[in-house]
Amino acid sequence: MSVADSLPATGLPIGVPAALAPRRFGTRFFRSELWLIFGRRRNWAGGLVLASVPIILAIAVKVSEPQPGDGPDFISQITGNGLFVALAALVLELPLFLPLAVGAIAGDAVAGEANLGTLRYLLAVPVHRTRLLLVKFGAITVFAFTAVALVAVVGSVIGLVLFGGGPLTTLSGSQLPFAEGLWRLLLVCLYMTACLAALGAIGMFVSTLTEQPIGATIAIVMLAIVSQILDSIPQLSAIHEYLPTHYWLAFGDLLRDPIATGQIGNGLGLAWTYTVVFLAAAWARFASRDVSS
Amino acid sequence: MTPDGPAIETEGLTKRFRSGQVAVNAIDLAVPRGSVYGFLGPNGSGKTTTIRLLLGLIRPTAGRHTILGARLPEGAGTALPRVGSLVEGPAFHPYLSGRANLHRLDAADRTVDPRTATARIDAALDRVGLLAAAGKRYRAYSLGMRQRLAIAQTLLRPRELLILDEPTNGLDPQGTREVRGLLGALAAAGTTVLLSTHLLSEVEQICTHVGVMHLGRLVAQDSLAALRARTAPRIEVQTRQPAAAAGVLTALGLADVVAGTQTATALAGDVEPEKVVAALVAEAVPVRGFAVVAADLEETFVSLTGEGFDVSG
Repeated sequence: MSVADSLPATGLPIGVPAALAPRRFGTRFFRSELWLIFGRRRNWAGGLVLASVPIILAIAVKVSEPQPGDGPDFISQITGNGLFVALAALVLELPLFLPLAVGAIAGDAVAGEANLGTLRYLLAVPVHRTRLLLVKFGAITVFAFTAVALVAVVGSVIGLVLFGGGPLTTLSGSQLPFAEGLWRLLLVCLYMTACLAALGAIGMFVSTLTEQPIGATIAIVMLAIVSQILDSIPQLSAIHEYLPTHYWLAFGDLLRDPIATGQIGNGLGLAWTYTVVFLAAAWARFASRDVSS
Repeated sequence: MTPDGPAIETEGLTKRFRSGQVAVNAIDLAVPRGSVYGFLGPNGSGKTTTIRLLLGLIRPTAGRHTILGARLPEGAGTALPRVGSLVEGPAFHPYLSGRANLHRLDAADRTVDPRTATARIDAALDRVGLLAAAGKRYRAYSLGMRQRLAIAQTLLRPRELLILDEPTNGLDPQGTREVRGLLGALAAAGTTVLLSTHLLSEVEQICTHVGVMHLGRLVAQDSLAALRARTAPRIEVQTRQPAAAAGVLTALGLADVVAGTQTATALAGDVEPEKVVAALVAEAVPVRGFAVVAADLEETFVSLTGEGFDVSG
């Protein structure tokens, strides 16, 4: 430490406070948050897993073509249009992999910082607690879109390489031009982002309850799975439309001609409601909480 | 905002945890501007909880406080950017480098100029001697390097007040000297420092004021000079005529003369004890016993807290 003897040479004007007017709007902290998420090796590994599913799927279908009516929706259509690799991969990853990815980030949001102790230093900067939650949620949403888009892009590219493109046959039986097909795929990604962001809001609330990020992540994934199990029990049909995952697979309606908006609208409404309610709950919990980690 | 008011002032600040334990009990801190305030107390006496209260990390059960003239928590946005703090040891992202960790904290501060971030961060790293290791992952840092990074984090911008919780913890003797030199230089430039420590020697070396915590209470608070005066050597005369003895002591110009039932005492000051004895004899005061009693600072603190301090540092 070149301290006592070389002090005047530091260039820091000591004791003279700089102007203190905080910037009204700035993206620097938000960008730092994204960089924290996307710079982390663990998340790159998770991204590789997400991206491997469409690749494995496409190769498997290429090696042994499925019979019509064989397996879940979309897979049988892959040989007709490569874009269906992306859609089929999203269907495969929606129950577990995508909730797991979002759960890992959302669980980390507050609990991860609390666990490391970095939360106390952020709050002492100071970062207003409301601002911290909004920045964290914004980053979760960007991550959710990136995860979905990663699967879609990798699936589209390998699908087009192995099976070619061309017009897209809709679920209604009509044909859409290729460009329109890409546009529909983007809409699917945005719809899934809204659904996963709602799960992220629930996750961020869970993350304010604990200092163990892994525990928060497990709780979020469990919640997504329990919701899907309950959704599959016909006797519980009365609560189905309130389950957070109920409308997730409604994205298929975006592939009809014209787009069927009923279920999509319900799904977006439910996702919005979950997002608002759990962001408010996270705020209520976190705004006055003692940070003693 | 009153620029001449205390840097930190608390009124009856109290924290009772849900367990019922009262960690901080109605303390009235007054940290004058420009002082180096030694916040002294054994481990578990409530120093860190007090610091968490000051920074608004936890809410007080009762009482209130101001920092740099601003009431918290409402004034956090205006007061805390001018405060650098180190709370309960370093905490950073282990997979980021030291420099990247500082960029992260700087990005969170809305009151600094992003264009100067790189220069300010390098200056802070240089000040704590970490520039050479700035690119290494925090995970690979030794305890001493982590502590240095935590101190660098308080120097990312000019501060009016530093709140430092055991800043020399984990540093080797050389590092400890360097940190004390750094604090001395910052204080000389006008920065107020609240230094929490359990090391009496640290307080004696660099502090101007002292507050002593014990079991959640602030049992003493004064300037170091005043506390030293309490511990200055005293002359103690045992006699059947304490009033006469006190008269002699006063005539010799001694300060703080006190006459008891069997004794008369006064601060020894610069007068040689031999002269005092000669004067007593000359005035025919019957002397039974004569002593120069010196209590050191440590004994004073032990008498305040009933416990010893680690004085090895």
